[in-house]
Amino acid sequence: MMSKAIYERFYRSLYRIRRVEEEIARIYPSDKIKSPVHLSIGQEAVSVGVCEALRPDDVVFGTYRSHAYYLAKGGDLKKMLAELYGKATGCAKGKGGSMHLIDAAHGVMGASAVVGTTIPNAVGYAYALRLQRKDSVVVSFFGDGATDEGVFYESLNFAALKQLPIIFICENNFYAIHTHLLSRHKDANLCGRVRAYGIPAEQIDNNDILKINERVKGVVDLLRAKQGGPFFFECLTYRWKEHVGPNDDFHLGYRSYEEARTWVEGDQVRRLAALIAPQSRERIETQVEEEIRAAIVCAEDEPFPEAQELLTDVTGD
Amino acid sequence: MERILSYVDAIREATDQQMAEDPSVVVFGLDVDDPKAIQGTTRGLAEKYGPERVFGTPLSEEAMTGAAIGMALAGLRPIHIHIRMDFLMLAMNQLVNVAAKSRYMYGGQVHVPMVVRCMIGKSWGQGAQHSQGLHSFFMHVPGLKVVAPTNPYDAKGCLIQAIRDNDPVIYVEHRILHFQKGIVPEERYGIPPGRARVLEEGRDVTLVGISHMLTECLRARCYLETINVHAEVIDPIWLSPLDIETIVKSVKKTGRLCVVDNGWTTCGASAEIVTRVIERLQGEREVVVHRMGYAPATCPPTPSLEDLYYPNARTIASAVYDLVKGGRNHWLPEEREGLQEMEFRGPF
Repeated sequence: MMSKAIYERFYRSLYRIRRVEEEIARIYPSDKIKSPVHLSIGQEAVSVGVCEALRPDDVVFGTYRSHAYYLAKGGDLKKMLAELYGKATGCAKGKGGSMHLIDAAHGVMGASAVVGTTIPNAVGYAYALRLQRKDSVVVSFFGDGATDEGVFYESLNFAALKQLPIIFICENNFYAIHTHLLSRHKDANLCGRVRAYGIPAEQIDNNDILKINERVKGVVDLLRAKQGGPFFFECLTYRWKEHVGPNDDFHLGYRSYEEARTWVEGDQVRRLAALIAPQSRERIETQVEEEIRAAIVCAEDEPFPEAQELLTDVTGD
Repeated sequence: MERILSYVDAIREATDQQMAEDPSVVVFGLDVDDPKAIQGTTRGLAEKYGPERVFGTPLSEEAMTGAAIGMALAGLRPIHIHIRMDFLMLAMNQLVNVAAKSRYMYGGQVHVPMVVRCMIGKSWGQGAQHSQGLHSFFMHVPGLKVVAPTNPYDAKGCLIQAIRDNDPVIYVEHRILHFQKGIVPEERYGIPPGRARVLEEGRDVTLVGISHMLTECLRARCYLETINVHAEVIDPIWLSPLDIETIVKSVKKTGRLCVVDNGWTTCGASAEIVTRVIERLQGEREVVVHRMGYAPATCPPTPSLEDLYYPNARTIASAVYDLVKGGRNHWLPEEREGLQEMEFRGPF
């Protein structure tokens, strides 16, 4: 049984991500956000469950669906929103956008628009951490789509061969854009495939934030104690919004609202809200709303990058 | 006494010295720790620095390139080795989408100091997929540096420079250049990017040779001398960033430019060099240009066709003769003994 304080932490993080993305969806039609957004609404529990098991000096790599893990790991909200607005004060000075969020100081090491691409980067980072005799760990977030890519299997193999301090988190939301996992694989037993590489693998159902956190915490401790590695978790979850953009897409016909209903009813934001005292909830929500409001005002007021930024940071000299 | 080393030993020494100096340097790739030790370029390193810093890898070019990037992000300086450049095609996503772009698309928060060593093959029936010089692919992409040293002195200095550099560097070797010998100082030194070298002076024509073709250009110069045509031979060394000023200065003098690439001409390094020279000199100096490179075909392994596939000293001399005299003159020098072994030994 976890303490109330931990539930409050989880709730704050979940609620904050949900509300940031709802605000992004609200602002998006105004065309002030100059970046395609891949919203994590519905999937926040995976990011929060995992990142709440990590230390600040642990490192995460992720995907273009980047907002949830960026915020869950401690990425700066003001810099994130400024980045989405294309502002000079953005986390990548307006040169990365929503699909390439980074906050190196908080262990958020970047993301790729090309599916599966950051998986080997995370593996290499883990190799370096061990060579440097550090006890930090790396988490590689990716979707089920990335498990279609060859580089995923190459990366698993090398991580297993070298027993690296890395946790692979597959956020299985069942769809690569609009194509279901079962239309892409004859055998959808992902954990079985991963175990064939000599990596312990576990599926966690129902978007269950508490179970995700507990399991990840367990393997983080093992990794820090140099007992085994890597580990793999397949977290079943569900994207509520369209693949890219702020809207629903049930009208497209590739999935039904009936399919979504169980996931919406199992919403982890609501679940955690019910686990904490009403006055705590109100306090958290008020604080979060104020923080988001201030960050949006900030992003709107900040300047765009100056012309000389066009050719800055192409190379180091 | 000046010390003579082979290109292979120059690479080995550069790697050894940088590994000794900087514990963040790591070396890996398929077979780097096997008995052949990548033609000898990694010999003894695994024993000296241990299996964590020098290790053979699975045949997973994309993942291992991605891992190199991850290591670089974490503060290491990886050297990833491929025995043929053709295999880099499997790593293009990581090289082009991540290594080249990370510094820029993350607003300067990170950088990717890594070296990708790769070799171009030739002869012994290398054929379609062991012979390609694909350096222009990488020259095309902002954020990557490309270097193709042509002699042992530069092989050492450029590798040291590439390891120290804070950006990804594609280090292009040529299997035939591995046999070159030349003066190589024992101390550590870098050959900085963006500085070409005039190897031989001449007043009639500027000859730019890339990778192994630089050697063919030096041989061609000997043929041309016999008919009183004096070629200035330039080695660009670094292809990106490219020192166009040195080439422009030479062409301003000679009025004639022939670029001989170890790759195809279309959209290649020769196209880039010629274009930049003309952009600079048009309206100021009349210039005639010519490009040579691989025949516009896939490399055939059979010697009768392979001989036709590559430019060589005689065909280069013939083309330069036409450039100097105008029109088609059908002059082809007789094969001369002793030029096959010609190499530039320094000093520099």
